[in-house]
Amino acid sequence: MSLLCADTPDLPGLLRDNGINLLGHPALSLKGGEDHIGLLQDCVHGRVRLDALCVEGAMLRGPHGSGRFHVLAGTEVAMIDWVRRLAPMARHVVAIGACAAWGGITASGYNPTEACGLQYEDELKGGLLGAHFRALGGLPVINIAGCPTHPGWVTDSLMALAAGLLTEADLDPLGRPRFYADQLVHHGCTRNEYYEYKASAAKPSDLGCTMENMGCKGTQAHADCNTRLWNGHGSCTRGGYACISCTEPGFQHPGHPFHLTPKLAGIPTGLPTDMPKAWFVALASLSKSATPKRVKKNAHSDHVVLPPVSRKTGLR
Amino acid sequence: MTRLILGPFNRVEGDLEVQLEVADGRVTEARVKAPMYRGFEVVLQGRDPMDAMTIAPRICGICSVSQSVAAAKALADACGVLVPPNGVHAINLMLACENLADHLTHFYVFFMPDFTREVYARRGWFGEVERRFAAVVGGGPGRGLHNRAALAARARWLELMGALGGKWPHTGAILPGGSSRAIETTERVRLLARLREMRAFLEATLFGTPLEEVAALQTLAELQAWRTRAQGSDLALFLDIADEIGLAALGPGPGRYLSYGAYARPDGTHALAQGVWDAGTQQRLALDATQISEDLSHAWYAQSDGARPLHPDAGLTQPDPDRSGAYTWNKAPRLAGQVVETGAIARQLVDGQPLIRDACARHGGSVATRVLARLVELARILPMMEHWLMALQSNEPFHQVHPMPAQAQGAGLSEAARGALGHWLRIENGRIAHYQIVAPTSWNFSPRDAAGNPGALEMALQGAALDDATADGPGTSVAVQHIVRSFDPCMVCTVH
Repeated sequence: MSLLCADTPDLPGLLRDNGINLLGHPALSLKGGEDHIGLLQDCVHGRVRLDALCVEGAMLRGPHGSGRFHVLAGTEVAMIDWVRRLAPMARHVVAIGACAAWGGITASGYNPTEACGLQYEDELKGGLLGAHFRALGGLPVINIAGCPTHPGWVTDSLMALAAGLLTEADLDPLGRPRFYADQLVHHGCTRNEYYEYKASAAKPSDLGCTMENMGCKGTQAHADCNTRLWNGHGSCTRGGYACISCTEPGFQHPGHPFHLTPKLAGIPTGLPTDMPKAWFVALASLSKSATPKRVKKNAHSDHVVLPPVSRKTGLR
Repeated sequence: MTRLILGPFNRVEGDLEVQLEVADGRVTEARVKAPMYRGFEVVLQGRDPMDAMTIAPRICGICSVSQSVAAAKALADACGVLVPPNGVHAINLMLACENLADHLTHFYVFFMPDFTREVYARRGWFGEVERRFAAVVGGGPGRGLHNRAALAARARWLELMGALGGKWPHTGAILPGGSSRAIETTERVRLLARLREMRAFLEATLFGTPLEEVAALQTLAELQAWRTRAQGSDLALFLDIADEIGLAALGPGPGRYLSYGAYARPDGTHALAQGVWDAGTQQRLALDATQISEDLSHAWYAQSDGARPLHPDAGLTQPDPDRSGAYTWNKAPRLAGQVVETGAIARQLVDGQPLIRDACARHGGSVATRVLARLVELARILPMMEHWLMALQSNEPFHQVHPMPAQAQGAGLSEAARGALGHWLRIENGRIAHYQIVAPTSWNFSPRDAAGNPGALEMALQGAALDDATADGPGTSVAVQHIVRSFDPCMVCTVH
C-alpha cells in the first residue's frame, strides 16, 4: 500500500511508461476471486510470464510449520505454499518491506506465528525459500526492507529491474538495493549541528540530537531517509523521533525500549558506523565543551529560541 | 441450496473470504471468514509500555495513525497525562489526514471500479464510469482518469503527514503526552495551502459545489435539489447509479451504530459525538464501554467450556486452530450482547448529521447510505482541519512530559476511518502485562456469537441477489461485492 504514495502525478502511467505491467495487485485489481486464483495458477504453470513476484507481509509458518495462520482466501492453501509454488517461476523475487524481507515486526516477542522473511529470518539466511534460492533471473531475493518501505525504493527497484539495471553488484550483503542501503539515515539529518556539538534532546519535541538519549540509530542505519525524504518533507528525525533502524534485520527486538538509548558508563553502546570508540569519546567530550550557547539552548526547546547571530556585512 | 465461496476480494485491505448459502438466487446465510492470524496483542506483552507506540501503528499500513492514537490514548489514560491543546490539534490533524485519505481511497480506488464490471456493460452510464473509475490494474490508457487524479491528490495530501508526523504510515510523532513535532507559525501557511489543494480537488471533481453546501444538506429532498446543481460531479454520478440499480435498499446492517467519538477537543469532548444510535427507536444512547465483550464461540481461539464473553480488560488471545464450530480468526465483539455497526455512517448518525439520519430513516443503513456518509464526512472534516491548523498557538507546547507508572491500567477509544477502535492495556512491574485491541472491522465483520446472531456484514448479505452465480461458481456476485466493499473493511486490523 505504501506504493500509492509514490511521488508521481500518475502512478499507473509511471509504471506503464517504464515497462512495468501489473498482472495483479490486491488493492488495485478489478477482479478477485476465481479470476485472481486463475492468474496465480497460470503463473504457477508457466502460462503467464512472471517477471517479478513482489511479496508484502511476513511468511507465517505457524502453527507447527503448517502455514494455517495465513491461508489465502478462496483457496484453502497456505500463503507460504503459494509463495513456494510461485517463486521458482519468477524471473525476480522481491520482498516489499521488513516483514517480507526478514519477518520484521511480525516476528516480535517469541514469534507466535513462526514468521520469517522470504530468504531471511532476522539476519540469518534461509527464511522460507532457503539460503541458496535464486530466482530464474539469477538474483537472490531482493530485499526492499524498511518499516514501512519507501514507495520510491519500490518504484526505483522495479524500474531498474525492468530496465535490466539491477545486478547482483547493485545489492548489498543483505540483498538490499545499494542505491538506498549504502547511505546512512544520518546523511542529511537536519539535527546534524546538534549532533556535532552533542547538544542532545532530553524529551520529545526537543530540537536537539536524539542519539544520546532518545534511542536514535540514524548514524548506523542504512537508508537514505534524510536525503530522499518521506511524503514530500519528512523523515523520522524531522518528525521529532528516533530512527529505529527499520531497514535492518531484527530491528523489532533491539534489547532496549525503542525510545531510550542504551548506555554503558554514560556512553551510548551503539556508536556511529565505522567510528572507533576512543575517538568518539574524545571528540564528544571536546565538542560538548565547545557547544555554542545558541545550540545548547535550542536543543532543549521545540522551536528556535536563539537564532544565529545576524551580521551587518556580507559573509566572508 | 448451494454453497459458494468468494475470495480473495481484491480492493479491500487484507485477506477476506465469504461463504454463502444460496437458495433461489438469493443469499440465505453468510459466514465471513478472516483467514489470517497475526498475534500483535501477544507480542506486545512483556515490552516496555512506550514500545506500544512503535509496535501498534505497524498493525496496519493504512490505519497506522488510528492505531497510534488509540495506543497513545490508552497509555495517557494509564499515566494520567493531559495533552496540551497544540498537541490535541496536531494529533487531530494527523488522524483526519489519514481518515480522509482512506475515504478518498475507498470511493475512487476500492468501491467505484465495481461499476465497470461486465455485468453493467449495457447501462447508459457504463462508458462514463469506465472513463472515470476503471481499476488501476486492468484499466488501460485513457480510462480511470478520476481514480488516477484521486491517487495523485491523495499522495500530495499525505505530504501533510510528512510535515506533521515525519512520514506516513508509522509515524512516531504521536505520543501519550502529545506530538513530538512542533509546528512553526509560518509552516501553517504552507500546510493550509495543502488543505486548500484537497478542497479544490473535492469541490471540482467529487462534489462540484463548495464543501459547505454538501455538509449543510439536511434531507434527501435537499440532496435531490443539490444534484441538479452538481451534475457532472462524481457524487452525482454515484447517486444516478445508486438510484438505477437500487443501492439504497441493498445490504442494510443491524440498525444499531457505535461511535467512540472522533477528534478530541482540549476540554475532553469530541468534534463528532460519542454514543450509540438506535435506528429502530431513533434514539441516541450513551456509550457504556463496560458493556463491550468479545465472544469466541465461532473463532479459532481457546476458551474454557461455558465461559462467558469477556471485556477486553480481561479477554485473552490464545489461538486454537482446531476449535470445532469456528470459522474465522476474528472474534465477535458485542455491545451489551448486541451486534452493532461502526464506521462513518455510525459517526454521522450518532453526531446527528441530518442528511444521514434522513437517509437511514428512509432507506436503512444500506450500501448507498454508507457511501454517502463517508463523502459527507469528507465535506465536514476538511473545514475542521482548517480550523485546527489556525488554532495552533505559537510558543505553546505540543507535548507534555510524564512519568510512566510501574502499575497501571488504561483504555484508548478512538475512531479510525472504518469506525470504533479500542485499545485496552495493563502495566505490571513497568512492562505491558495485558493488551487487547478491538478494531472497527472486528465489529462489522464479526462471526456469529454463542446465541447464533450473525455479525453486521453477515446480516447485511442475507437476502442479496446473486446475478450470475451457478452451481459451478459464484460468478461476479456483484451485489455481494458492493455490500462487502460498502463497509470499507480493513482485514489486517481485524486479525491484529
